[in-house]
Amino acid sequence: MQSLERAAAILQVVAGSGGTLGVTDIAAAVGLPKTTAHSLLRTLLGVRFVEQDHQGRYALGQGLLRLGAGHLDVNELRSRASNWADALASRSGQAVRLATLDGDRVVVVHHVFRPDDSVQVLDVGTVLPADRTALGRVLVAFAPHRSVRGVVDGGRAEVTAVRTQGWAVEDGHLPGTVGLAAPVRGSTGLVVAALGITGPPEAVLDGARRPRGRLVAMVVESAQSVSRELGWHG
Amino acid sequence: MADRYVLAVDQGTTSTRSIVFDRSGRMVSVRQREHRQWFPRPGWVEHDPMEIWANTQRTAAQALRDAASSAGEVVAVGIANQRETTVVWERATGRPITRAIVWQDTRTADLVTRLAARPDAGVVRERSGMDIAGYFAGPRLRWVLDSVPRARERADRGELLFGTMETWLIWNLTGGTDGGVHVTDVTNASRTSLMDVRTCRWDPELLAFFGIPETMLPEIRPSVGVLGTASALGQPIPITGALGDQQAALFGQTCFAPGEAKCTYGTGSFLLQNTGTELVHTRSGSISTVAYQLTGEPVHYALEGSVAVAGALVQWLRDALGLIATAPEVETLARTVEDNGGCYVVPAFSGLLAPHWRGEARGMIAGLTGYVTKGHLARAVLEATGWQTRDVVVAMAADSGLQLPALRVDGGMTTNNLLMQFVADALDTPVVRPMVGETVSLGAAYAAGLAVGLWADVEALRRNWHRSAQWSPVPARAAQLSAEYPTWEKAVRLSIAWGDG
Repeated sequence: MQSLERAAAILQVVAGSGGTLGVTDIAAAVGLPKTTAHSLLRTLLGVRFVEQDHQGRYALGQGLLRLGAGHLDVNELRSRASNWADALASRSGQAVRLATLDGDRVVVVHHVFRPDDSVQVLDVGTVLPADRTALGRVLVAFAPHRSVRGVVDGGRAEVTAVRTQGWAVEDGHLPGTVGLAAPVRGSTGLVVAALGITGPPEAVLDGARRPRGRLVAMVVESAQSVSRELGWHG
Repeated sequence: MADRYVLAVDQGTTSTRSIVFDRSGRMVSVRQREHRQWFPRPGWVEHDPMEIWANTQRTAAQALRDAASSAGEVVAVGIANQRETTVVWERATGRPITRAIVWQDTRTADLVTRLAARPDAGVVRERSGMDIAGYFAGPRLRWVLDSVPRARERADRGELLFGTMETWLIWNLTGGTDGGVHVTDVTNASRTSLMDVRTCRWDPELLAFFGIPETMLPEIRPSVGVLGTASALGQPIPITGALGDQQAALFGQTCFAPGEAKCTYGTGSFLLQNTGTELVHTRSGSISTVAYQLTGEPVHYALEGSVAVAGALVQWLRDALGLIATAPEVETLARTVEDNGGCYVVPAFSGLLAPHWRGEARGMIAGLTGYVTKGHLARAVLEATGWQTRDVVVAMAADSGLQLPALRVDGGMTTNNLLMQFVADALDTPVVRPMVGETVSLGAAYAAGLAVGLWADVEALRRNWHRSAQWSPVPARAAQLSAEYPTWEKAVRLSIAWGDG
């Protein structure tokens, strides 16, 4: 049971670090020899309770997220979100996408065309830039592990702003578009996806270049509807 | 001016749904209630018509109340219904003399075999457009007359009424024993084997063949037009549209031109292709059926290909094999591998319907080697639905000579991108999904709204249709699947041969 206690201590240290930690700092913080700390961290990496960045520093991992949320299959997620995504596209007149985090990658898991019957191509499976899309900003801001949150320019202030207002606006990933997105929560309240619209600036923004209140309300309400569909009662 | 809405009632196999739509075809309110499935013997499936009538009243009242907070007025009611399900009730009391015999029920198999062996059996195909089969309502009505005590003598005296579900609901909605209107629409009537598919009237020779007294039959009406006034919903609302559910989906998908087709992917799959105002004589395994009729206009026909097992095969993977926790996870499992690994699944759980019509066929997993994993099996399960769609489309093309410009899809399986891309590649045809997935209810709403002028014409309905997704065939993959198709056909032949045993 000693190793379990030690592993728990390491997770607490990593969670409380406010960023990423190297193995030397972790070992010092929990009062263990570096080799012992390294061995425990390798086990935690194996079950994805921690993850390593390219400098070899440690942060909390996706495995912890899944532990909390119960594993949510992306195809199940699409199926459950489909009616709400259709309704959002129909009411907003814009294209709708649902995205999730895979590691620190923002991946489109569902896409509803803009309802104008123009030529559009399904981009399910596309990886979006986390820091230059509204979907990415929402997912990053609500990510429980800090290594992911670190990718956003502006860092903590940006994260806090998105968390406080409950939505994000950003230039779209396609040239000349603007995206607007809100978090989708799973049954435990953890954010499991982001739902958003993408459209031309004149449609999404008002004269002061702020997102139109009507669209913000639609996106947030639709994301909440999907959250309720997934069993969240918050 | 206040907006005008339409109430659609979708009386389905497992539930009754009432949905209020606005002029853009968007849902304003929706209520749903499931009803009990009765399985009194193996192969028998029944519903309680009184329970369904109660659920219809209740969900309709709730949906109307929900919509009342919006600025619209409900100006018409349209009905879509599970097809071929048979109700017989007392004209004087409104009480059914037995539970409804559901379209999935196979109790008439022996009766149909006896009838088909008669020398004059050819009249059925010649007049009704369809081979004699237990799938249709006529044999079920005959079974009731033969099996329920005193049913035949009471029917002959005019004491009993027959209807499919829309007839039962319209009769009750319009007053029941107090002046209820006894009508059916031409699409539902075409599923009885009792109607002449050219004249769209009850055919005396077919009635004689099946031994059905005409006095118990409803009047056949166009699908779009005034059927009666619903007096049982708190406010009088005209009932102005009725369609069988698959025809309603065709209407909701706005497939109004010859060649346009839709496929609904649910437990089974149902592909209907509009063939215009000329009846197509089928030889290749599709069925000619009535698509819809607007009052004062000629009947539009469709070819239909029904496949019994589509989503049900995914459910089998989930419930019987336990390989997945939820149906959508089949896509996750299938994506763990690149291809089917040489594995083919023919889901002939209780025979094969269109285009094979081989009741004796039984399911088959072909091509097993030690290489095949559960991922390959998941692929083969999804591909089975795609291949079966191709079987049906090949048969329809042979019968109608119409090209399929694109296949419009709806139903739960259309969120499965792997399957939809496979269908596009297997058919070498674009597959498109509309924004409103509730095509059955929408079709009923469109029919009813068209009759009262809420929409000027079918072109106005077309403008409401918007694409939410499209899967385009990839030429190299389409060529590869065409080369693989004979292997699937071989697996089908084996499953038929196995059942021949």
